[in-house]
Amino acid sequence: MSVAVIRFGGSNCDRDTVTALEELDVDGNLVWYDDGLPEEVDGVVLPGGFSYGDYLRAGAMAAQEPIMEEVRAAADEGVPVLGICNGAQIGCEAGLTPGAFTVNESARFQCEHVYVRIETTETPWTAAYEMGEVLKLPIAHGEGRFEIDAETLADLEDEDRILCRYCEPDGSVSDRANPNGSRDNVAGVVGRRQNVAVLMPHPERATLPYTAGCDGARMLAGFGG
Amino acid sequence: MTGYTATVTVRLKAGVLDPEAETTKRALQRLDFDVEKVRRSDRFQVEFEADSPTDAEERATEMTERLLANPTIHDFDVEVDQQ
Repeated sequence: MSVAVIRFGGSNCDRDTVTALEELDVDGNLVWYDDGLPEEVDGVVLPGGFSYGDYLRAGAMAAQEPIMEEVRAAADEGVPVLGICNGAQIGCEAGLTPGAFTVNESARFQCEHVYVRIETTETPWTAAYEMGEVLKLPIAHGEGRFEIDAETLADLEDEDRILCRYCEPDGSVSDRANPNGSRDNVAGVVGRRQNVAVLMPHPERATLPYTAGCDGARMLAGFGG
Repeated sequence: MTGYTATVTVRLKAGVLDPEAETTKRALQRLDFDVEKVRRSDRFQVEFEADSPTDAEERATEMTERLLANPTIHDFDVEVDQQ
């Protein structure tokens, strides 16, 4: 089980992700974007950071790199692909997942812990959770507000493609629990198939025992099958 | 082939929140300007060669759809001038 963690210029959660995967006995390997995907790859992480300095829009530049064509092909073959934070922005910009992540309602960079509710257990990363389970995870983003038109959002609901929503500690979804003004509190979404998903919170920062909580560990452990 | 300059204006769709514009509005109000609404847009000027104005406009539109704008949140205008 070898998971490629793709490092773009400006990625900064790449090593954290590899360390978290190793903690879970999943073989994570840093892959420089310009080297292309390894031939044998069992999973892909688009990690967090500020690829290309967030020029134009967060994720817009990295989404156009040739390696993303390889990621798209791998995803179509069923390889699990997870985008985290900047990786989520890249995933949406590349069209792997629907919607867009844009400037927080506060217009500020926000670095804090939030609660999210698991909305589907049909993905590799959420299969180990209970439906509706509440996780405490860190966020660190300036452009995390999920935007999508109402019709597409309704389709996503119908197709069970909402990964998780910002919520209160008791699991109820409220405006107060929504850190960035995301449409319908959406924190993560699923692609056309269940093996592709993105989310703004950082499971890799909630995996190691010496971080503030390990609620994200089962998410990344999903790469281990 | 002739040189063209495409001027592309990218703005948020109506109904999409623009926190930066809201913040700018508040800053203008703090400066005692009587401001009701601020809208923000990005303007790109792209220079390239094309066969005709129609060709130039089509290519600038494709550039915008594929990169300069994000169709999920943006509307855009394209204007083409011969250099």
